[in-house]
Amino acid sequence: MTAPASADAGPPPAAPRAAPPGCGALFAGFLGLGLTGFGGVLPLARHMIVERRRWLSPAEFTDLLGLCQFLPGGNIINLSVAVGLEFRGAAGAVSALLGLILGPTAAVVALGVVYDQFRDDPRVQGLFAGLAAAAAGLLVAMALKMLAPLRRQPVALGIVGLCVLAIALLRLPLLPCMAVLAPLSVLAVGWRGR
Amino acid sequence: MNTLVALALIFTQLSLLAFGGGNTILPEMQRQVVQVHGWMSAQDFAALFALAQAAPGPNMMVVPLVGWHVAGWSGLLVASAAKFGPSSLLTAAVLGLWKRFRDRPWRRVVQAGLVPMTVGLVAASAVLITEATATRPALAGIAAAAALLMLLLKPHPLWLLGGGALAGLLLA
Repeated sequence: MTAPASADAGPPPAAPRAAPPGCGALFAGFLGLGLTGFGGVLPLARHMIVERRRWLSPAEFTDLLGLCQFLPGGNIINLSVAVGLEFRGAAGAVSALLGLILGPTAAVVALGVVYDQFRDDPRVQGLFAGLAAAAAGLLVAMALKMLAPLRRQPVALGIVGLCVLAIALLRLPLLPCMAVLAPLSVLAVGWRGR
Repeated sequence: MNTLVALALIFTQLSLLAFGGGNTILPEMQRQVVQVHGWMSAQDFAALFALAQAAPGPNMMVVPLVGWHVAGWSGLLVASAAKFGPSSLLTAAVLGLWKRFRDRPWRRVVQAGLVPMTVGLVAASAVLITEATATRPALAGIAAAAALLMLLLKPHPLWLLGGGALAGLLLA
């Protein structure tokens, strides 16, 4: 309502950016994200950073996420570093990263203590075995979902198959496998897909 | 001391090889902690993975948990720093360059080209974790049901984890 209606066809009227966050706000924002993000933090991260706190515009967010997906490491971990660095340099990056992982670390250790304490109780064993089986099932579902878009690409499927053979069946170390498979994958698929 | 050095080396390597997110490095993590160092059984590793999935946050929270399980609090600190440090430093270092190379064609070629390898690594993770957890027909049934329900109904993952735990409790 308050945005002045401009007559010229400039860039679309972006939502006003909030003031650049300080280290405390970065820490608090990512702490909340870490504690509430069950089963996938990415959609929540976009909501927090773009819509609720308005630290970045949608385009800036997509751009930073592109970098974070390109580099090794968890997307959200990298994103926290990149966002922190953009606003407050190294101190901001550390604040955001620590905020993101402190809460979940406390949570997993608490679960680990419970697991260790009660692992000899057959009912608790059953409970954790069922939990682990369900977690494995979710991983299978994720793999199938990622596989679906490749189903009409025989070359890509061949590389997937090679990868499963080398890593899951032959149990070869990751580093030499990647040294062979990554260039092969890029040459065979990336180049053709241009 | 040797254990901490080994944890640091393992997770530094994994940090820099984790193209396509955390699940791609699960097989190598399992190979290192189970086969190479014998710190735990494949079942224990799968259980830690499951605990991390039941917790909130990024999907690599199995890393501090493995460190803690292997060497207590110092193990947790070393594993976390080694896993989250190097990739974060790389991100910070590349952030400035990114604005220059994001529109270059090779960036797109490399990113699209790595997709099949990423999918293959996630599939390998699924094979290995399922192998370690579905040790009895009932547990294989829970895994299959969770996968099917996730694909068909797309519920929140916590419902399936809770349902799996409950089913495991009732079957025990």
